[in-house]
Amino acid sequence: MRIKFFLLTLTMLALVCWLAVSCSGNDAASSQTPAAPAAAPPPPPPASPKGIGEVKNVTLTDPFEESMLASGKAIYDMKCSACHKLTDQRVVGPGWAGVTNRRRPEWVMNMVTNVDVMLDEDPQARKLLEECLTRMPNQRVSIGDARALLEFMRKNDMEQVGSKDEAAI
Amino acid sequence: MMKAPFHVYSVLLLALAVSLTSCSQQNATTVLEGNAAELTYVAPGEYDEFYAFMSGGYSGQITAYGLPSGRLLKEIPVFSVYPENGYGFSEESKPMFNTSYGFVPWDDSHHIELSQTDGEFDGRWLFVNGNNTPRIARVDLTTFETVEILEIPDVAGLHCAPFITENSEYLVSGTRFSVPIPQADVPITSFKENFKGLINYVAVDQESGEMSLAFQIEMPGFNYDLARNGKGKSHGWSFLTTYNSEQAHTLLEVNASQKDKDLLAIIDWKKAEEYFKAGRGTERTTSYYHNQLDESSGIAASTEMTTTTILDPAELPDMVYFIPVPKSPHGCDIDPTGEYIVGNGKLSADMSIYSFDKLMATIEAKDFDGDINGIPILNYESGLHGILKKPGLGPLHTEFDGKGNAYTTFFISSEVVKWDVEKLEILDRQSTFYSPGHLTIPGGETKKPFGKYLVAMNKITKDRYLPTGPELAHSAQLFDITGDKMKLILDFPTKGEPHYAQAIPASMIQPNSKKFYAIEENTHPYASLGEGQAKVTREGNQVHVYMTAIRSHLAPDNIEGIQMGDEVYFHLTNLEQDWDVPHGFAVQGANNAELLVMPGQTKTLKWEPFRPGVFAFYCTDFCSALHQEMSGYVRVSPKGSDVELVWGLNDENKSAQTSR
Repeated sequence: MRIKFFLLTLTMLALVCWLAVSCSGNDAASSQTPAAPAAAPPPPPPASPKGIGEVKNVTLTDPFEESMLASGKAIYDMKCSACHKLTDQRVVGPGWAGVTNRRRPEWVMNMVTNVDVMLDEDPQARKLLEECLTRMPNQRVSIGDARALLEFMRKNDMEQVGSKDEAAI
Repeated sequence: MMKAPFHVYSVLLLALAVSLTSCSQQNATTVLEGNAAELTYVAPGEYDEFYAFMSGGYSGQITAYGLPSGRLLKEIPVFSVYPENGYGFSEESKPMFNTSYGFVPWDDSHHIELSQTDGEFDGRWLFVNGNNTPRIARVDLTTFETVEILEIPDVAGLHCAPFITENSEYLVSGTRFSVPIPQADVPITSFKENFKGLINYVAVDQESGEMSLAFQIEMPGFNYDLARNGKGKSHGWSFLTTYNSEQAHTLLEVNASQKDKDLLAIIDWKKAEEYFKAGRGTERTTSYYHNQLDESSGIAASTEMTTTTILDPAELPDMVYFIPVPKSPHGCDIDPTGEYIVGNGKLSADMSIYSFDKLMATIEAKDFDGDINGIPILNYESGLHGILKKPGLGPLHTEFDGKGNAYTTFFISSEVVKWDVEKLEILDRQSTFYSPGHLTIPGGETKKPFGKYLVAMNKITKDRYLPTGPELAHSAQLFDITGDKMKLILDFPTKGEPHYAQAIPASMIQPNSKKFYAIEENTHPYASLGEGQAKVTREGNQVHVYMTAIRSHLAPDNIEGIQMGDEVYFHLTNLEQDWDVPHGFAVQGANNAELLVMPGQTKTLKWEPFRPGVFAFYCTDFCSALHQEMSGYVRVSPKGSDVELVWGLNDENKSAQTSR
């Protein structure tokens, strides 16, 4: 008798609990967005030296696309020069001298246009963040403007170090 | 031994029954059983369903709250200076406060009106009146910034404003206090001869939202209190309550409460517009200011206006009427169909509800009961839909749920009453804590109310919260109105004294909210669009510092060559182009405020050195891990010193010589 009662009680209790939980549980489930991966372990490093983003393939020209050089410099002056020098001197961010010899053109453009994802997921970008300690701000550079910036970097590399595009090959 | 189990069984069965009930019934009844918290809880990371914009009363500002959580989202500075972000202190924003009385840094904001298209909210702009120095402001709902302030001339206490028409054609704005027009040095006892009341029609540009004073209707010297415009069938008409038809000029508490009835003014504004366009008004010279913010430069500019057009109902027939309304009415509210006009007679035991169709028939039949200064008074009985008998004490304001129900606040009996507009039957009453003024239901004054919630804005707080000394926050109370009975589900404190509020679905505002200003579009004349443009120039004793901010440095951050007697203008451009990265600027000894500069914008702080020495400046908004490092020094030398004007960053100093 005692055991039977005990079992019955347990069953009832379980039923009540299940109903209560499922009832409030539904609300909780419907009202919670997926948790931000704040403390999640770093995702596996993608192998691509082209970085992460919309830019998959860049065709480089020789000689330079003259039309891009002026707008590339204007964008640099407005949005980049506060942190990046044209020499190899690091201030807030790395100096630009020789950047096209170190990074693929796609990586450069993805870094400029897809800043937050690159800083979170690209191993090379993460390494730079660890060195510089200031997150590069998203400066809302369009893909077209990033291409102009790249052209300006290539010209700057010729002026600063006498070679360019070595990482592109 | 056997009794206990049965007892336990019954408890368990009861629990089961309760849990089943609570699961199946998500209606208002369950609130009484304790799920008010569930109805108002907005989980971390979740958004509220509605924005509620509340006026700030004597704060002069507006606050944006989320509903149903009651969370404060933002205080939007409007009529009062705001050192928190430099509004009214930055050189760019000072002109917003210009009036014909000079720079007026405070006002009393009352009634929120959201812009409408076809009688429904469209989420574009918000208008609010300043009571004391009569003004109307426009807030852009993409930036949540005050972008325009228009002064209204020759009125006093612009309380009856800025009530919007169904396509945002006009903001109807009447004077609360009648005054001599034009202003004149006359005895106050000459009120009846010399004092007039103006009802102002402010036109709104349909594309830009820009306001302009179209015409002013000169009315008898009563107090014009509140108004609404017709909608649907009654579009084209305005309805305004008046009090003090006794025309008392002292102890209004007693002397303006003598008559059994005051008057509701009824204006055919389409007729008025016709007269105005036909040149039937009289031009009068006056002075008022129109202040507007240019978004691309972020600079406000003032224009003094000097003429206005007056329409005189004595000379222009079929434009204005009166109808009696019980004693000292306050709110005047129109139901979603546009048919019923509710006169909330605050000192009357009953409420008068008028029928638009009957009013029109009364006008058509010239069923008049005399006139005041040539303005016909409609026969009270003829225009009436009916009387709501003994609904409560001190009815103030009414809103609607779109299901045929009206909700009225009662100040004296401290309650909200729900009633059937057509049948004039009382359906429910709930106490508020304490003494509500306005109430708001999302879309509750439009053609299509969203219903769901009702917010009562209480005037008296007393013991509702932990005490904070003699001065207490005003309390707002949220009711769930989805069921037959209203359910109180939340109390929340508010800022200043909210008079009116309007609530709108978040989906109509959220997608349009601006995240930053594109720096390419910055046309500020002192902007530095790139750190290379940072510099310092001197023009006589005026020194202009063109400074940039980006995480985490200001450029230049070392400045020398400032002298006593100089006026230094720090023009700070925020080079960031990301959401939620403002930079602040504070400099020691500034006797004005700080600047808070949004990404892509330029703002200017004037600084007059107090004594020679080296003074620190820094970013006030915790912007990054290296925010503490975002600082600099400015050196001040005695007047006539030979210290050269130089500026720099990272010891790369420049001067007028080197930067040439």
